[in-house]
Amino acid sequence: MTALTADETPIPAEAEPAELKGGDSVYRHRWSTRLWHWFNALTVFVLLMSGLMIFNAHPRLYWGEYGANADTPWLVIGSTPTTGFLRIGAVQIPTTGVLGRWKDGEGNVRTHAFPGWATIPSSYNLAGARSWHFLFAWLLVVPGLAYWLWSFFNRHIQRDLAPKKGELAPRHIWHDVKEHARLRFPKGPAARNYNILQKISYLGVLFFLLPLVVLTGLTMSPGMNAAWPWLLDLFGGRQSARSLHFIAAFMILGFIIVHLLMVLLAGPINEVRSMITGRYRLPEETEPLPETQP
Amino acid sequence: MIEKMSRRRLIGSLGAGASGLLLAGCDRVGRSPAFQGLQASAEDWTLGAQRLITDRTALAREFTPEQMSPTFRTNGNVMPASAAYQAHVGSKFADWRLVVDGQVARPLALSLDQIRRMPARSQITRHDCVEGWSAIGKWTGVPLKLLLDGAGVKPSARYIVFHCADDFRGTPYYESIDLVDAYHPQSILAWGMNDAMLPIGHGAPLRLRVERQLGYKQAKYVMRVEAVDSLAGMGAGKGGYWEDVAGYQWYAGI
Repeated sequence: MTALTADETPIPAEAEPAELKGGDSVYRHRWSTRLWHWFNALTVFVLLMSGLMIFNAHPRLYWGEYGANADTPWLVIGSTPTTGFLRIGAVQIPTTGVLGRWKDGEGNVRTHAFPGWATIPSSYNLAGARSWHFLFAWLLVVPGLAYWLWSFFNRHIQRDLAPKKGELAPRHIWHDVKEHARLRFPKGPAARNYNILQKISYLGVLFFLLPLVVLTGLTMSPGMNAAWPWLLDLFGGRQSARSLHFIAAFMILGFIIVHLLMVLLAGPINEVRSMITGRYRLPEETEPLPETQP
Repeated sequence: MIEKMSRRRLIGSLGAGASGLLLAGCDRVGRSPAFQGLQASAEDWTLGAQRLITDRTALAREFTPEQMSPTFRTNGNVMPASAAYQAHVGSKFADWRLVVDGQVARPLALSLDQIRRMPARSQITRHDCVEGWSAIGKWTGVPLKLLLDGAGVKPSARYIVFHCADDFRGTPYYESIDLVDAYHPQSILAWGMNDAMLPIGHGAPLRLRVERQLGYKQAKYVMRVEAVDSLAGMGAGKGGYWEDVAGYQWYAGI
């Protein structure tokens, strides 16, 4: 065996007090999770923003094998001489100033779908956006696969992410939903492990959204269509895959927004520090007594 | 209240400033030669990975007539501006010749009639524009392999270049593919589209179909097929019009 085996991967339970209480510092995130997290924070944003620029080249989405200007899209971002709009099915939403019609840094009116502050590069450049997107796609997929395999090997997925017995019971999930809605987060030893909503979210991103976004991305490649024609059957054609790619990307963006919100609500310094050093301070069960404050 | 507003404004402008800096940073990084070199490497990884998992003769999907797009839009140039091309349109391409030359043993000059009398292949395939749209149409033409074998491509050849009649502001359109794609069974020079003669808007008299790549590789108005050992001396050396002027990827299989 090599020097570092799964069993030796440091989650040093013995280094922690037997009875955990609020205020205790615990080792929460392994180096692999921390490294992948920060690497992905960069990669996913570059992919999202370069993807929006690629979308700007043809800001319409279709279902099926084909789809072009004469065909009916299910989503369009467009403009009139005075307004910008987003149309989904029969519903048209005015988006002037943000989507379809907006002003760039110099105050010039632009009619591309997504505005310059949301895209890489910031001004229209399909070829450049593709270069960014395809480089960072490699940086998403190769480390992502490595993290997948490593997290099975060191039992991160089985130990920390797989729901425990009883956690998937509707009553338990509903209880956690209510607690989250009241912004009451686990404290003390209960905060040692992920709660069920976290587990579902992380597993959903790892094993559903990321594979979906990668596979639908590959389905848009005519070369991959020849290599793996089953991709076209799986997603119902290239234009369906393009639509699903866009939807999956926005679901990932939705995850990031909720994730950042939760970090802010749960104590941003403690959370960010734990993702840098690995060590997490369990939140106190009760408010600190007034006399403990200076 | 005033203090609150100014603080909010301060945070807002700090946020805008940070995102502006980040974006400006991305734009600057994107223009740096080192980063562009890295992006070019990613293109090589993509080509290598796709070639690794794809059989040389793996076919692009072919569709049934019912699956064809009701309307197949045109794009790029739809009418070459040159007087020579206009004259060919006037004479219905009667005096037009396709030249096959370069690193070949027997250069050819073939009339449209000669090409149409050669064995033909029809295929209903999906055309994918780099912009993101797709259209399904039927293409009929001579397999490129027959022309290349007829001319006798020399062992020194590495790429096949397609010189076109159209131009953008005086810069002629051209494209190139490697020999793996040139000899692929679905690589044809199409003279027919959707069971009719190839329309001018779609590239009459001949248009390349190289079905495992994107639309800008499907050169229209092909006048000359040249076998070369290097792309360096042509245009800006990147192997095609859009590659030269806008930095589009030479390998358009993705």
